[in-house]
Amino acid sequence: MSYASKTQKNYLFKRILIILILIFFASLVLYPMFWVVSSSLKTNNEFLSDPLGLPDKLMFQNYSEAWAQGLSKYFINSIFINIVSVIITVSIGSACAYGLARFNFKGKTFIFYGILAGLLLSPQVAVLPLYKLLVTFNLYDTYWALILPYVGFRLPFAIFLMRSYFLSIPKEIEESAYIDGCNSFMTFIKIILPISKPIIASAAIVTSRFFWNEFLFALIFIESKSKYTIPIGLSNFRDTLTTNYTAMLAGITIAALPMIILFIIMQKQFIKGLTAGSVKG
Amino acid sequence: MIVLKRKKYTAYLFIVPAMLFILTFVYIPIIQNFYYSFFRMNSYSPTKTFVGLSNYLDIFQNEIFYTALINNTWYAVISLIFQVGLGLILAITLESKILGRERKFFRTIYFLPSVIAIAAVGLMFYYVYNPNLGLLNALIRIFTENDFRYAWLGHPRTAIFAIIAMSQWQFTGYIMVLLIVAIQKIPQELYEVAEIDGASSFQKALYVTIPQIKEMILVTSIITVIGAYKLFTEIFVITRGGPYDSTHVLGTFMYKTAFFYDKMGYAAAIAGIIFAITFTTSVIQIYISNRGEN
Repeated sequence: MSYASKTQKNYLFKRILIILILIFFASLVLYPMFWVVSSSLKTNNEFLSDPLGLPDKLMFQNYSEAWAQGLSKYFINSIFINIVSVIITVSIGSACAYGLARFNFKGKTFIFYGILAGLLLSPQVAVLPLYKLLVTFNLYDTYWALILPYVGFRLPFAIFLMRSYFLSIPKEIEESAYIDGCNSFMTFIKIILPISKPIIASAAIVTSRFFWNEFLFALIFIESKSKYTIPIGLSNFRDTLTTNYTAMLAGITIAALPMIILFIIMQKQFIKGLTAGSVKG
Repeated sequence: MIVLKRKKYTAYLFIVPAMLFILTFVYIPIIQNFYYSFFRMNSYSPTKTFVGLSNYLDIFQNEIFYTALINNTWYAVISLIFQVGLGLILAITLESKILGRERKFFRTIYFLPSVIAIAAVGLMFYYVYNPNLGLLNALIRIFTENDFRYAWLGHPRTAIFAIIAMSQWQFTGYIMVLLIVAIQKIPQELYEVAEIDGASSFQKALYVTIPQIKEMILVTSIITVIGAYKLFTEIFVITRGGPYDSTHVLGTFMYKTAFFYDKMGYAAAIAGIIFAITFTTSVIQIYISNRGEN
């Protein structure tokens, strides 16, 4: 046997070994998820007697049951809070990022570092005074009790992400707009925002993941069941659906699905936003 | 010049709305939190008594505080080993030349759990660990043929580690992706030079990849440590601090003090301690990532 074919064989062996190890880890990740989805399609009796078996007949009723138990309401609440918070964060944030990227003014460095430091502050440290503030202004137990603090806490990240993108846009593009008689607001809206779509998408996706999954504020600032978001409503299910395991597991699947779908469709923007945010805080 | 002058005044119009939001909902509450921590107060009654540092001193006398601190620290240490350690090994493997297009497939799969809400993952594992119908014990029963029905979450010794294990499942792929992004920025020439010198793939990882992404390894380590001390949702959803207060972390300890015992000042002092830990770690991170850029 020649040396070349021996190393080639060696290479192939190594490659197969590594792929097998990677498949092992992949099944470690996927199997619990698969187990939840497959169990969510069984009858309760099937699940209790054989937790590992596959469903005999697909029980999609479990999904409609979880949905009817209040999940539909929580879903709508989450979507509403999410959309409003993302719109406010992205619009206010992009304006601020533009101001920081393109203008010189008094106190700019101070303001910039102030916003940057906001990335480091943990929501837990603000939660008690925020609770008091929301009670005082009659905002406690309203959608705004979540939207306003969410925007406040995610703005530093959104500003940071968009500012570095705006800095990379050549100034000549805007100068021609000024010569054509546009003021700075028109330039921002008509020139900057359209060419910044990719970064705005990243900011929107990453903040939206945060809002969709947020737990602490949603737990403390909302009291009425009718205003629960998905994570709170779902964890409350555990107490109301105590013996109806399969409907509970269907609920978990429904709650997880939107972000999984969003991730698979927009993987690039997702990862771009996450990495940009974490490197700097 | 006219253009420049106009710019100067409009700058504030762009910036002020965001600043107001951040001041009102982030900075002012955090400052207030420190103010509260020096008082004895309830959530609804308007009276409060100044007690100086005694809230902080009381915390240091509380057993749950030490349980919480130890649990947070366990979480940090184990997460460093798995999320950063194993994450690094996976990142290097996925970026090595031995793999072809399948690397993208594995990357997507490993990252997947981190996009799911922690509350959903927590509930999922609540059932995975269920003694009778949970996935884990059912698998163990297949391999041992014993009637294995151990309650992982019911025993103070294993409960916190069961929760920590869940977080490794959820976030190892996330840290791995951050490391992959850093590896992809390493200039190819460095590997070419190493290959000419006859370096094996293990040597290339040790002498090229790891030194080149040193900063990112430090940054991910610090993200992991900060995350460990901010822990709340995982514990609250799965055990709420039980059994016998064994799974409390600083976050759940604060929540219980504030909303169970209605001791707002005391809870604010716990929040102050969380701030001290996470903020110092963050400052170290900024320092490191700035040094990396220069």
